[in-house]
Amino acid sequence: MRYAMAMDTRKCVGCGDCVVACQTENDVPIGYCRDWIVEAVQGTYPDTVEMHFKSERCNHCDNTPCVRTCPTGASHVIEGGIVKVTPNECIGCGACIVSCPYNARFVHPEGYIDKCTFCDHRVALGQDTACVAVCPTDALIFGDLDDAKSPVSIALKNNDWYVLAPEAGTKPQLYFLK
Amino acid sequence: MKTTRREFIKISGMTAAGAAIAGTVLGQVQKASESVNENAAEEHEWTRTPTYCEICFWKCAGWVYKNKEGQIKKIIGNVNDHHARGKLCPRGTGGIGAYYDEDRLKKPLIRKVNEEGKQEFVEVEWEEAIDFIAKKMKGIKKKYGAEHLALFIHGAPGKHFEHLFAAFGNENHAEPAYAQCAGPREAGFFATFGVGVGSPEPADMQNSKCIIFIGNHIGENMHNSFVQEVSLAIDNGAKIIVADPRLSTIAAKATHWLPIKPATDMALLLAWMHVLIYDNLYDKEYIDRYAFGFDQLKDHVKNFTPEWASGITTLDPELIRKSAYEMAAAAPSAVIHPGRHTTWYGDDTQRLRAIAIINALLGAWGRRGGMYIGVRKKVPNFPTIKYPHPHWSWKDITKDKYKNAAVGITNVLLDASLPDYPKEHQIKGWFIAGTSFINSIPDRKKIFKAMENQELIVVVDTMPMEMTGYADVVLPETTYLERYDYARDGKNRVAQVAFRMPATEPLYDSKPAWWIARKLGMKLGLNNYYPWRDMEEVLDWQFKQIGSSLEEMKQIGVKTVDSGEDIYLREGEDYEFNTNTGKIELYSTDFAEKGYNPLPTYTKHEEAPPGYYYFVYGRAPMHTFGRTQNNPNLNDLMDTNTVWINPKTAKLWGIENGTEIWLQNQDGIVSEFSTKARVTERIRPDSVYLVHGFGHNRNLLKKAFGKGINDVPLITNIKVDPIMGGTGMRNNFVTFLLEKPVKEEEVES
Repeated sequence: MRYAMAMDTRKCVGCGDCVVACQTENDVPIGYCRDWIVEAVQGTYPDTVEMHFKSERCNHCDNTPCVRTCPTGASHVIEGGIVKVTPNECIGCGACIVSCPYNARFVHPEGYIDKCTFCDHRVALGQDTACVAVCPTDALIFGDLDDAKSPVSIALKNNDWYVLAPEAGTKPQLYFLK
Repeated sequence: MKTTRREFIKISGMTAAGAAIAGTVLGQVQKASESVNENAAEEHEWTRTPTYCEICFWKCAGWVYKNKEGQIKKIIGNVNDHHARGKLCPRGTGGIGAYYDEDRLKKPLIRKVNEEGKQEFVEVEWEEAIDFIAKKMKGIKKKYGAEHLALFIHGAPGKHFEHLFAAFGNENHAEPAYAQCAGPREAGFFATFGVGVGSPEPADMQNSKCIIFIGNHIGENMHNSFVQEVSLAIDNGAKIIVADPRLSTIAAKATHWLPIKPATDMALLLAWMHVLIYDNLYDKEYIDRYAFGFDQLKDHVKNFTPEWASGITTLDPELIRKSAYEMAAAAPSAVIHPGRHTTWYGDDTQRLRAIAIINALLGAWGRRGGMYIGVRKKVPNFPTIKYPHPHWSWKDITKDKYKNAAVGITNVLLDASLPDYPKEHQIKGWFIAGTSFINSIPDRKKIFKAMENQELIVVVDTMPMEMTGYADVVLPETTYLERYDYARDGKNRVAQVAFRMPATEPLYDSKPAWWIARKLGMKLGLNNYYPWRDMEEVLDWQFKQIGSSLEEMKQIGVKTVDSGEDIYLREGEDYEFNTNTGKIELYSTDFAEKGYNPLPTYTKHEEAPPGYYYFVYGRAPMHTFGRTQNNPNLNDLMDTNTVWINPKTAKLWGIENGTEIWLQNQDGIVSEFSTKARVTERIRPDSVYLVHGFGHNRNLLKKAFGKGINDVPLITNIKVDPIMGGTGMRNNFVTFLLEKPVKEEEVES
C-alpha cells in the first residue's frame, strides 16, 4: 500500500475549492491551510507567456526529513506512507518546518505542528480525500501506487509528470501531470 | 521560489518557472461519491438536508451536513444534479461562511433622527419595521398610486417580493442581472434563434470539439457544471480558442489565444464570418434548411477580411483565419459560448447577434457539441386570485426607447426615480432585495440624486452591504441555509427540480424572504394573495403537481422529470423557429422593422487617451460579485484585488510588483482605496485588469472594508445599448496615482 496524489496542471483553474474543502473537512482554523494554490507564470507577452496552477500540500515523502528531525516522535509515518503528526506528542519546536522543502507544515494556533493528512480518516473508509472529492475539474487524483489499476497509477502511466524539489532527495509522492 | 503559503494564496501573482502546458490530457476522472460522503456522515452521526446554493446564480444542488449538536459542518454537491454533478465550487463549499459570518444583519433597523439631530439606525422588532413599511407604501399608493414604487431584486428572494408587488398593483421590477449583465445576449440570441440563452447556457461543451470564448474567462467565472464541462472537453482533446486582452485562466489552456485589443471584438467576429462564408466553410445544408438572410449576410461581410480586422484588433490575420478553419473543422460540434456579463460597449446586442450568427454558420444550434435545446419541467404557481391591473408599468417607460427590453431595466427605473422625471411615471419608493446595486449599476451621481427623491427605501439582505447604509428600513434576511424558497426549475439537458429547505433554525433575528413578503402582504391587506400559512404548504402543493411531494423532496433534493423531448435537432428535421420568418434570422427582420441595424456591423469605440489604459474588470473563482468578500472562508482565499499591469507599462511608471497605487479614471474620479500592483506578462501593455467586487467602504463589513479597489465608481462613461437598454461599462480608462490623493473630505466610516 502506497498512497499518492497526482495533480493535473492542465485542468486546474486555481479556484481554491481544495483549500476550502480541506478547511471544512478537517476543522482547519480560518487563516491557516493544509493545501494551497500556486500560480506559475513564465515567458513574455504576447507570444511566449504561459501560466498554470498547482494545488500543493504535504508530499508524503518516502524519505521524510520531518520525521527524522522530530525530537519527540510526534511526526511519524502510518500505513500507506501517510505522514502524520500526533498533536499531544508535539512540542511545537518547528524542526520539521525547517526541514521540509515544501513548506507544508505550520504552527496550529493550539501550539502543535499541523499539515495535510491525506484525509486518512476518509481514506480508511475507502473514500477520496476531501480535496479530491470536491475538485470541480477533476484535476486531483488519489490512490494506491501498489495497485496498477488505481486512478493515480493509471494517471502516472499515461502522462508526463514531475515532482517538486527532486534534488532534496525526499522522494515526494505528489505528482504533477503536464 | 521561496515564500510562505499564505502569500501564495493571497497574492497569486508570483512569477515562477513552470512546466509547459499541453493541450490535451488522458487524465483519469474520479467522481465525487455521494454515498461515500454519506458513510462519513453516518460515522460521525451527522444528518443532512437538501439545498441549492445561493452564493451565485448557478444554483447548484447540494447537501448540508450537521453534527449531533446541530452545527453546520459542511456542504457538498448532489450527484444527481446537473448543475453540481456531485461537486460544489469554492463558493458553494465556502457557503458555510455566509451562515457563520459574524457581521451578518441581526435585527430589523429603522433610520431615525436622534436627540442631537443626527441620523442613525435603531434596532426594532419585526412588527414595528413591517408596520413602518406598510404605512409608507400605503401612503405612496394614496399620494401617487401603487405604480410609483420600484422593486430591485436578485436571486431567490426576488420571487417572493415580485408576488407581493404584483398583488399590490405594481409591475416595476428590475434586476442588475439583465441590464448590467446578461441582457444583450438574451436579446441578440432571441433576435436570431427566437429563443434567448438562459441559465445555465446550453453550450454543449462536454461534447464539443471546439469551444470559442470571447472575453469569457471560464474558470475565473466559476460556473460549476460549465467549468466541469470544459474540463471534460480538455480530456476529449477539444480545441479551445480564446479572445481576451489578458491571458486568462482559460486563455492559458487554449489552443489559440487571441490577445485582442479591447473593444474590437466585433471586427474579429465579422472577419470570422467572412472566412466561414467566402472560404465555403459554413454548414451549407443547415443554412439552406434553417436560415433566413444568408445572401444579405454574405454581401454584408464581403469586405470584412482578416486583413481588415487585423488593423483594428492588432491580431495576426493568419491567426484569425486559422482559428476560423479550426472551428469549421469541428463543426457542428463547435460553439462560441454566448458569455454572461455582456454589457460592454453599448453595441452589445449586436455583438451577441454576431456570436449567434457564427453559431448558425457552424450549424451549431440544436446540434451535439454545439448548443443543445434545453428542456424544463415548470413547477406551477400556487393558485391565488388574479393580480390587479396596474395603470402603467416599466414597459410604458421603456419600450418606446429600448424596444427589445424583455424585462424591467434597472437604469430606466433609476431615471424614473429622478426629481425632474415626468410626474405621471415618477418613482417615489424603492424596495431592494438581494442586490447592493450601488456596486453593480454604474453612474453613482445619478443613483444618489434618485435616492434623495425617494420617500421610502427598504433593503432586504443578509449582510450590511453598502446599499443598506442608504435605507430607511433594513430587514435582515436569513441565509439560504436557514430558509425555504421556491424550487429551482430552469432548463437543462434533462428537466430537473431542485429543492432548498432550512438546515437549521435562523441565527439572530433574521427571517426568510417568503415570511417577510407574506407578513408585509397581510399588513397591506392583501390576505387573499396569501391563502397559505407557510412555504411547506406551498411547496407540498407545488411538488404534488409534478408527481412528487415535500416529503419526497426532503429525501432526494433533486427530482428528475423525464420530459421525453429531444435536446438536439433530428437529422433533416423541419423545425420552426420563433422568429418572424420561422427561420434562424441571419438578417433580423425584427430589427429592420424597429429601425435597428438588421446585420451586425463594426463601430469604432473610444480609445485610451495618452497615459490612460483600457479598464478591464472581471471575476475571481472564489467570489461572487461584491457579495462574498466578507465571507470568512472566501475572504481567507482572496481578501483583496490587485491591479494587473504589463511590465512594459509598469516600467514607464516606476511601478513594481506590490507597489501601492490608486486608480484615476478619464473623468478624474479617483479610487477610494489603494491596492497593490500586480506586474504580469499576462496582460496587454495598453490595458489594466481588476477583479470586481472589492473595495467595500462600509466598515460594518469588517473583513472586506477598505480592501482593494472598487471598479464601479470608476465606471462613469456609460454607453447604453439602444436595443435592450443595457449599460455598456467598458468604455472607461484609468491611470495610476502613486501618492495618496489629497481629498477634500475624509472617507465616511
